[in-house]
Amino acid sequence: MTVDPKSPTTSESQRGSMNDLNLSQLVEGRGDAQAETGNALRADVQNLNFWYGDFQALKGINLPVHDKKVTALIGASGCGKSTLLRCFNRMHDLYRNNRYDGAINLYPEGDNIVGPKTDPMLIRLRVGMVFQKPNPFPKSIYENVAAGLRIRGINKRSVLDDKVEAALTGAALWTEVKDRLGESAYGLSGGQQQRLCIARALAPEPELLLLDEPTSALDPIATAKVEDLIEKLADTITILIVTHNMQQAARISDHVGYMHLGEMVEFDLASRIFVKPQKEQTRAYVTGRFG
Amino acid sequence: MADQTVATNGALDAGGVRIDPGFLMRRRVKDLLARFILFLSASVSVFVSAAIVYILISESLSFFEVVSIWDFLTDTQWTPLFTDAHYGILPLLSATLIVSGIALLVAVPAGTVLAVYLSEYAPPKLREGLKPVLELLGGVPTVIYGYFALLFVTPMLQTFMPGLNGFNMLAPGLVMGVMILPYVVSVSEDAMRAVPDTLREGAYALGFSRFHTAVRVVIPGALSGITAAYILGMSRAVGETMVVAIAAGQNPNFTLDPTEGAATMTAYIVQVSLGDLPHGSIGYQTIFAVGLTLFLITLLFNIAGFWLRRRFREVY
Repeated sequence: MTVDPKSPTTSESQRGSMNDLNLSQLVEGRGDAQAETGNALRADVQNLNFWYGDFQALKGINLPVHDKKVTALIGASGCGKSTLLRCFNRMHDLYRNNRYDGAINLYPEGDNIVGPKTDPMLIRLRVGMVFQKPNPFPKSIYENVAAGLRIRGINKRSVLDDKVEAALTGAALWTEVKDRLGESAYGLSGGQQQRLCIARALAPEPELLLLDEPTSALDPIATAKVEDLIEKLADTITILIVTHNMQQAARISDHVGYMHLGEMVEFDLASRIFVKPQKEQTRAYVTGRFG
Repeated sequence: MADQTVATNGALDAGGVRIDPGFLMRRRVKDLLARFILFLSASVSVFVSAAIVYILISESLSFFEVVSIWDFLTDTQWTPLFTDAHYGILPLLSATLIVSGIALLVAVPAGTVLAVYLSEYAPPKLREGLKPVLELLGGVPTVIYGYFALLFVTPMLQTFMPGLNGFNMLAPGLVMGVMILPYVVSVSEDAMRAVPDTLREGAYALGFSRFHTAVRVVIPGALSGITAAYILGMSRAVGETMVVAIAAGQNPNFTLDPTEGAATMTAYIVQVSLGDLPHGSIGYQTIFAVGLTLFLITLLFNIAGFWLRRRFREVY
């Protein structure tokens, strides 16, 4: 797939007005602020290998995930970025014949997420996720957000009310739904459903939030709302996002990892990846000469 | 159609091959003939259904010229062959509903649990092994279930329920529950499997266990389909004949006590059809009135069931 920032051919919705800007303009202003070193790490991938049966999808991945920053994973389709993301909450354990090797340390404790003795369910109680397509449960708006809290043993109405409101506010959805909390989540628009899914993931206050191409099924206006939201969320929460859309990565991320064929080609500050990447391969990809 | 244009223009040069006009004509005739035969076989099935409904209604109309619909629906006695004849459907209806109700008490919990197991827990290999076994249950001739209820289940129940009649509604109800189980399992499992994996992933990602995913996400997501399974199972139980005709007895009996025997609507129809009542007599016409009632009840259940089933398919 060819990705040309000037005339995108990706199927993803994009902000029209932004298409004409080049990537270095988009990251402008965030580069210096991020130059500070010594950020605390929320997670750290060390020499991670992953197999779907006999097929090795991830090869010796190393990646730091900085606390309260947005880290974006970019790369062509099939490069393994979603596979890597889904290692962080052990999603691969739901299907057979998948195998991990290496470590993803989750700080501050430093527990190895993919360790053989780690209970995936306990990891998923700490790491939230939002999927490509909105996937609200067949329940009311309120119960969708409350679902993650109830599963953690919180059932007191007053506590739930507060946390549901906080999560919906955090997902910039509260004013739109506050009068129809009891209605089915399926009555919401696609963009609202996706923000509901973000609220659902936020409600239990995860230590790390995974976003798997969260705007790829949304129209440009809904995409803009979700992007604004992500930038705001990064003040309080660590975000790891997979995106097909390079403008999006440039707009919202602090760090970027570029992947190709299961390998991490380059990881750096967004301002460097999009302006002055170290590797020729990365440069070719972000300038759209290579897909 | 391309070949029609060719045919009207006579033989044309088609890519260098000359096509014989006679060949094209034969081809068209064959095509029309096939269409006619297919249409005919399709209309036969529609015609037969329409004829059945027509006869049911016309014979029932002559029945209701003699017996008022009010008496038919409210009289608590069904004694059409006695000199003091009563034509109240209630005893037959209550027996039908009691037996079907017992069947549902078996099939609903067992069927739901089994469907959840097959859809959410069982490894694929086990599921592929279990489904044919279940379908085998559905393939057993119903007359065998009937004798099983009469000659095995009833005596077995009598060992700890001494008051149980030889003919009773309990045993056929239980056996019928097992009989409709495969049906309930298969329809509700279909509904659960139609719940997209993205919903399951969403639940697991929130920290749900497998049980919570099944109970809080998959079952609510498949609810209309599962309800359809119950309703279609009920409709099967109501229309089922052999088991009740054999094991529940032939006496119309207006009671709510499942340890007593009682003729259901279907059992009564069997009894009268096998007898030698003169054609056109009121006794003969009763089976059409009962048949029509039965038909309307199952039709209602089926419409409700299919409507619900279609609805759950549309959700995702």
